[in-house]
Amino acid sequence: MYETRYISVSSPDEAVAALKSSDDGKFLAGGMTLLPTMKQRLAAPDCVVDLAKCGLSGIKDLGQAVRIGAMTTHAEVANSEIIQAQLPAVASLAENIGDRQVRNRGTIGGSVANNDPSACYPAAVLALGGTIHTTKRDIAAEDFFVGLFETALEEDELITAISLPKSEKAAYAKAPSPASRYAMTGVFVAKFGDGIRLAVTGAGEDGVYRHKACEDALNASFNADALNDITISADGLMSDIHASAEFRAKLVLAMAKQAVAHC
Amino acid sequence: MAEISISINGKTISKTAPDHTLLVDFIREYAGLTGTHVGCDTSQCGACVVHLDGVSVKSCTMLAAQAQGCEVTTIEGIGSEGSLHPMQVAFHENHGLQCGFCTPGMIMSAIELVAQNKNASEAEIREGLEGNICRCTGYQNIVKSIQQAASNMKR
Repeated sequence: MYETRYISVSSPDEAVAALKSSDDGKFLAGGMTLLPTMKQRLAAPDCVVDLAKCGLSGIKDLGQAVRIGAMTTHAEVANSEIIQAQLPAVASLAENIGDRQVRNRGTIGGSVANNDPSACYPAAVLALGGTIHTTKRDIAAEDFFVGLFETALEEDELITAISLPKSEKAAYAKAPSPASRYAMTGVFVAKFGDGIRLAVTGAGEDGVYRHKACEDALNASFNADALNDITISADGLMSDIHASAEFRAKLVLAMAKQAVAHC
Repeated sequence: MAEISISINGKTISKTAPDHTLLVDFIREYAGLTGTHVGCDTSQCGACVVHLDGVSVKSCTMLAAQAQGCEVTTIEGIGSEGSLHPMQVAFHENHGLQCGFCTPGMIMSAIELVAQNKNASEAEIREGLEGNICRCTGYQNIVKSIQQAASNMKR
């Protein structure tokens, strides 16, 4: 990677200040995306601000929701007794991200801030209607995932925690790339008292999205067969070395049915 | 450029190195411990796996600066010449390596795997090794080695 300056800070405010005083610095969370990107020279921030000592880890049961600190690792989420009891679909999602070493470092805040179209967490956050807490405000999931690798975050805005509401039922089904284990398609479905929310990741060209037709069908009847007559268009879906848009369209339906069946 | 101080295998190594020095390069070039390998350099193969404060990490995907104040354990830090770690013994006895390039990473991963799950099934072992790639063995004897070590380490 190109030369960069490493800065370690001990609070979110310090992190924001350090970033603001740089030319084009980047926050460093787990580094599982940022560092490989820098090694490939696809990013060359003049400094990286390490968030490891900012006290942003931790999981708290808030009753209606669970609040997860932005620097909580995927391994910590997967192994958390609170998450396993209150949001088991999220524990299972976290447990299947990448590999063990990646899970020991990768964070929920980093994943959500990056909004990789093939990442798993955006599907959970959108389907559960989560809230992204930052150094400036609280952002609803609906408003957060704006586009391909793009979020509502401002340049110097730092995610401090993410709150995920508890649903009656939830499940995540993913068709992983055999090599990278990224989602070729992943579907997170959540059943709340006031309706079904179903979010698709890994498939859309603009990143995670809610699938209205599937939600409508499941609101009428919450079982996998209710999705049988749905045709998913390949329009707007990604084509790459892993899968064509047409194949992804088939995966969306297959994963949606699998997720519902696992609820 | 700054002084980076990391405790590696119980010994503090303090060297002046560029901020963007990778942990694996600090371990190999600055600390002189070449048992940790650079395989793919893209976070996939696991030849660079070490322990950081007790959990396995890919040292090619960390800056050395991030490991300051942490305990790093490399393959050189487990067992000793006269007294190999049970995992090393198992790999030796079960032909768990051919060229040996992936082996330090495999052993470091396996030690953590067994520590977290003493009764890991074959499926769980194979899943636990998803972050380690071997080009030579076909994994059969690696899994066997880990199963033997797990059983020996329970006693």
